[in-house]
Amino acid sequence: MSMNRREFLKIAGISTILGVGGVSAVHGLKNCVEASQISPNPEALKAKRWAMVVDMSKFKTEQDYQRCIDACHRVHNVPNITDNPKHEIKWLWKETYEHAFPGTADEYLSEEVKELPFLVLCNHCNNPPCVRVCPTKATFKRKSDGIVMMDMHRCIGCRFCMAACPYGARSFNYKDPRPFINAEKENLEFPTRTKGVVEKCTLCYERLAKGLQPACVEASKGALIFGDVEDPNSEVRKVLGARYSFRRRPELGTQPSVYYIF
Amino acid sequence: MYNGGKIIIGLIIFIGLVTFPFIYSGGKATAKPDPKVDTPEILKLPEDERKCVEPKSFMKGEHMKLLNEWRDWVVREGNGVYINAEGKRFTMSLQITCMKCHSNKTKFCDECHNYAAVKPYCWDCHIAPKEKQS
Repeated sequence: MSMNRREFLKIAGISTILGVGGVSAVHGLKNCVEASQISPNPEALKAKRWAMVVDMSKFKTEQDYQRCIDACHRVHNVPNITDNPKHEIKWLWKETYEHAFPGTADEYLSEEVKELPFLVLCNHCNNPPCVRVCPTKATFKRKSDGIVMMDMHRCIGCRFCMAACPYGARSFNYKDPRPFINAEKENLEFPTRTKGVVEKCTLCYERLAKGLQPACVEASKGALIFGDVEDPNSEVRKVLGARYSFRRRPELGTQPSVYYIF
Repeated sequence: MYNGGKIIIGLIIFIGLVTFPFIYSGGKATAKPDPKVDTPEILKLPEDERKCVEPKSFMKGEHMKLLNEWRDWVVREGNGVYINAEGKRFTMSLQITCMKCHSNKTKFCDECHNYAAVKPYCWDCHIAPKEKQS
């Protein structure tokens, strides 16, 4: 078919007008939502940058650790997979000194400290390497409070973040986690995860939104201290100002938000 | 016609295959979905409060888009409260808000989704409300 310039311009013009009309029809549908508003929950706890202090002197018995771990894993429907250690899902767990603080062990470090399990979790780094590598922005640092979050809808399970995280704070769901969650203890107000996504501690963003402290902090009986590290009057800042604290692998420059004190 | 017999047999098989779904279903359309909103939770509410976050017509067509927006607002922006055009406040959550009223997932969600042959993956992670087997 041959077409002269005049005809072509006519057709192009008509299609443009139709196209523009189509767009405004779509907008008409959206008017409904535009009349609505969103706002943060008024009870929500707010901070510039959340931080946690782990007071190791208060972890004496097995029970002290387990209380926190159980609280976390129950609230977030974390499956209990024991048959293959590679398939384990961990949000909050125990790690030996050697693994938690590699390369820092003194030759004559006391056996007590060497053997002591440290409570570890996602460090919610200020400069998170996992966020840099995520190709879909499924993991991101929340601008409002510095929590390193996961959007499970976006995670494609590439596991770059697991390779990037120097703390091993991320777990991959190699299989459907549902059968490994105790149905009676399930938290019906929080989702589970699905096969093929990476998960980790989210610093209880859903509890903070309701004005509650993280589940582990609540269960710890004062062994975990939580607060805004950028607020000079917060409890964490008072503790950090008064006692010597250290963080995991500071040489990497990730700036963890989880501090340890003895 | 060359190979007339083969062509005709082939045509009959072809027509048979194409019309099979219609003949098999008896020429009737599948029953229209009829999502139920008569859950005990909704019936408990006073008559004038039995309203969804947005009008029914909007929710019918656009609920998936609204849920997508809710997800981003809650997870990414940390805004948890939705205030609709009437000024009513809702916690933006599929599991906590939507399914508290619509506790009949099989009758409310699945009925249309099956009819429209869409398979949303909501329930791979979100826990569906426990329904009594009737």
